[in-house]
Amino acid sequence: MSVNVQGRVRSSAAMGLVIRREMALSFRRPDQLLQPLVFFLIVTTLFPLGLSPLMSLLRDMAPGVLWVAALLSSLLALDHLFKSDADDGTLEQMALSGQGLWLIVVGKTFAHWLVSGVALVLVSPLVGAALGMPAHAFGTMMLSLAMGTLTLSWLGAIGAGLTVGLRRGNMLLSLIVLPLAMPLLIFGANATDRAIGGESPAGALYFLAALCVITSTLAPFAATAALRITLE
Amino acid sequence: MSERAPAGLDVDSLHIWRGDRHVLQGVSLSVNPGELLHVWGPNGTGKTTLLRVVCGLLRPEQGTVTWLGHPIDRVRAEYQSAMTFAAHETALKSDLTALENLRYTVGLKRAVSDQKLLDYLAQTGVSGCADLPAKVLSAGQRRRVAMARVLAVNARLWLLDEPYTNLDGNGAKLMANLLENHVKNAGFVVIVAHHELDVAVNIRRLELAS
Repeated sequence: MSVNVQGRVRSSAAMGLVIRREMALSFRRPDQLLQPLVFFLIVTTLFPLGLSPLMSLLRDMAPGVLWVAALLSSLLALDHLFKSDADDGTLEQMALSGQGLWLIVVGKTFAHWLVSGVALVLVSPLVGAALGMPAHAFGTMMLSLAMGTLTLSWLGAIGAGLTVGLRRGNMLLSLIVLPLAMPLLIFGANATDRAIGGESPAGALYFLAALCVITSTLAPFAATAALRITLE
Repeated sequence: MSERAPAGLDVDSLHIWRGDRHVLQGVSLSVNPGELLHVWGPNGTGKTTLLRVVCGLLRPEQGTVTWLGHPIDRVRAEYQSAMTFAAHETALKSDLTALENLRYTVGLKRAVSDQKLLDYLAQTGVSGCADLPAKVLSAGQRRRVAMARVLAVNARLWLLDEPYTNLDGNGAKLMANLLENHVKNAGFVVIVAHHELDVAVNIRRLELAS
């Protein structure tokens, strides 16, 4: 290759820049930042009001309620992942930066998880306590949610890449992502349920970890391909 | 327009269809160092589409785009480092300041200090807007910030889509100066504009017919 490429920015520096940009944008728009979190808190608060305040019933339902609410609230934030940048032309500028579209996709998705997934993990003990979960299950719940939300962010990146060119793509995004997220719901709720019952959650956590590794490895390629098609 | 020039950008027999419309019908061009190519033609003749193909955002159904003799697909990273594309939209994030907008896009291409970025904003006459969110800037100021980004990237090849849009008289003169300086410093420019260019360099024209 005879073409000179002096002065290229290293991939790690570029990745850091993309993540910092996404964080700066998220904190400039607190409504987008807080909406999924408030949704998560409200939905989980509605269940005791609608069913019964009986602690034993709430404790039995807690894993399912918590995970369904976490999945739905994560979906709320996914629509913004690429759409805003595609609409104002900044995605094209980043795609032409010479850094490779995959790097942009990975940086944006990871930053998305940092501001939406991690926030959700951090408030989950509050919700767990409100649903009568014993404190010894909080660690498992937070670990499973951390892996689950990261996996969901990767799956969501594929869906967001495919629907970024559509005017009302959020409905299609849900239809693409939710079926793929079923294993997360099953293993995540199961891990939390076993931790509440005092049993070992290791089996379910291993499955979640495997899903997390598989999506973290393969989803960036799929999301990049989806986005490239849409950019054309 | 079809002479071979391995020292520059070459486009050969591009064909693009949009549904049933044959938008680009065998377009060829070449641009060498120190040349400005003005692409013009009526609305809907594929001028923007041509620029998007040349910058690599759009894959042609037929034809090739080569940079220094290499197909751009094979030297994508190198080509993108040497090229900058200013689309019709200014591509600025409304919630970021002008300086941050430059920092986060230019920074992906080359390491530039904030002081240098401020210098580029000063060159385009918008240094006073550096700390203002892009959403409070006028359309002309946003265009000038976008032009500062073109300068800051320090690319040899400029691909500009209607860069005079929203600029006032002084802005148009500034743009003409920037184009002249770039071409005189052995840069390449492909510019899509609807009107005649008042630039003191040799301009080659490519007309796209409807």
